[in-house]
Amino acid sequence: MWNYIKLAVLGIAVILFGLAANYGRDFAYQVHALIFMAAAAITFIYTLRTTGDVKPAPTGYLDGVVRAGVIATAGWGVVGFLAGTFIAFQLAFPQLNFEFLQGYGNFGRLRPLHTSAVIFAFGGNALIASSFYVVQRTSAARLWGGGLGWFVFWGYNLFIVLAATGYLMGVTQSKEYAEPEWYIDLWLTIVWVAYLLAFMGTIFKRKEKHIYVANWFYLSFIITIAMLHIVNNLAIPISFLGSRSVMVMSGVQDAMTQWWYGHNAVGFFLTAGFLGMMYYFVPKQAERPVFSYKLSIIHFWALIFLYIWAGPHHLHYTALPDWASTLGMVFSVILWMPSWGGMINGLMTLSGAWDKLRTDPVIRMMVISIGFYGMSTFEGPMMSIRAVNSLSHYTDWTIGHVHSGALGWNGMITFGALYFLVPRLWNRERLYSLGLVSWHFWLATIGIVLYAASMWVTGIMEGLMWREVDSQGFLVNAFADTVSAKHPMYVVRALGGVLYLTGSIIMCYNLVMTVRRSPVKAVEAAAVPAE
Amino acid sequence: MDYHILREFADSWVLLAMFLFFVGVVIWAFRPGSRKEHRDTADIIFRHEDKPAEKEART
Repeated sequence: MWNYIKLAVLGIAVILFGLAANYGRDFAYQVHALIFMAAAAITFIYTLRTTGDVKPAPTGYLDGVVRAGVIATAGWGVVGFLAGTFIAFQLAFPQLNFEFLQGYGNFGRLRPLHTSAVIFAFGGNALIASSFYVVQRTSAARLWGGGLGWFVFWGYNLFIVLAATGYLMGVTQSKEYAEPEWYIDLWLTIVWVAYLLAFMGTIFKRKEKHIYVANWFYLSFIITIAMLHIVNNLAIPISFLGSRSVMVMSGVQDAMTQWWYGHNAVGFFLTAGFLGMMYYFVPKQAERPVFSYKLSIIHFWALIFLYIWAGPHHLHYTALPDWASTLGMVFSVILWMPSWGGMINGLMTLSGAWDKLRTDPVIRMMVISIGFYGMSTFEGPMMSIRAVNSLSHYTDWTIGHVHSGALGWNGMITFGALYFLVPRLWNRERLYSLGLVSWHFWLATIGIVLYAASMWVTGIMEGLMWREVDSQGFLVNAFADTVSAKHPMYVVRALGGVLYLTGSIIMCYNLVMTVRRSPVKAVEAAAVPAE
Repeated sequence: MDYHILREFADSWVLLAMFLFFVGVVIWAFRPGSRKEHRDTADIIFRHEDKPAEKEART
């Protein structure tokens, strides 16, 4: 019966999207209506072909969707790193903004493609896949909602495709990390509610008495992102048949909402969600429980209460009221403590097992990611102090800070999780090659060091050049002077990106070979429980 | 009603309420008997790696 309802809904959707494509007011909207129509049609055919099949009641964990998520994470990661490396070269060598690609392949169009590909496609798929893996294991229950997990996976990746194609065609509402237009936002809202239901449903039917701390972090990430996404994207479409919309808020309110969203995207997407990953994968790989469960509870609640206030530090010396800017600064500095609480908890989980650092490159990857987490959560509060910010703001220092967090913390912990997950999900005894993991580790680490160091140098240099005045009070440097002075650093940064990209390609090769060549895990010979 | 009323409410009563909630969390984490429970919870990740629990383990 359920399948017939689905078929009816999907059939109507195909017709409506076809109509929208026909009557659409602009090209990008028509393309997106066709993508929606194709997605609905494919789902219709799939549902039609499987209707009436007698399926055995599913048992065990729902791991298919986690496998799909792992593949998507690795694939989108390479795409995102490639885009980032290319635009880094575009900044160093502007000739790479080719004439024949104007309007599609220039820096302005590719930059949001890079940020969204790494944050939402690579990071988002990693979070969805790992949260489904972790919540099932720590709840000792199959994912709730039957095929709902699959809807979340395909729906989320449809969102990615719509966003990415939209950027190339210029569909953007110009909000940092929230560029997609109104209809893409609405689609993501539907997918996100389904995600919340699947995740909470599994927690509700858990067989363990307590909710493991990783699930707290994942849950706070899902709920907060829902709230942020809806408030930040409040907009009125100009037409239901066009891709443009007008934001509800304007001026300083809009700016404050944007950075309330923007900083909490960092705080809850890139921090809380990935801390959820840390709290499962680091203890598992180290084969010992988390260092202090009490600390995990306390730093969780401290992080939740503090992060939400830190956004105004992005708007120092603007039309924002002074009290708001001071508030953002103070909370950012206090935030240092719970951040380091998480870092200490992650690192100290290895106490008594430090020898694993020599033998296991996967745990080395996880440990360096926690190290970068500690470094960037120290740098961030420092940069949020108004006096420091007056030097660092609008310079490349900010870019360097973001990347030491994103490449170091988010990237490395995700790589560690992928190396952990692939042998288990495909039932392999071990990874194809630990040597290649070491190669990946060193390439990525040196790449980040090149990136962060060059951005520190160029950022501070450009900040000092901008504020330099002569004895008469005139500015010494023209803007173009800073641009030419930065050129060598931009080349170094791009080379750092090449190293990081190369490492990720080696990872993909290693993971594919793990699935294809590694020996299948032997069935354990009648293990007798000890109790 | 302008936003100053909300702001004053936020930096007085709501601030106090959230601070007390947080202090409550810390006290709750350190309550007597929490050590054993936390050890058990931290070990969740080492159970049920391959398949869901068959019977209700919750008490």
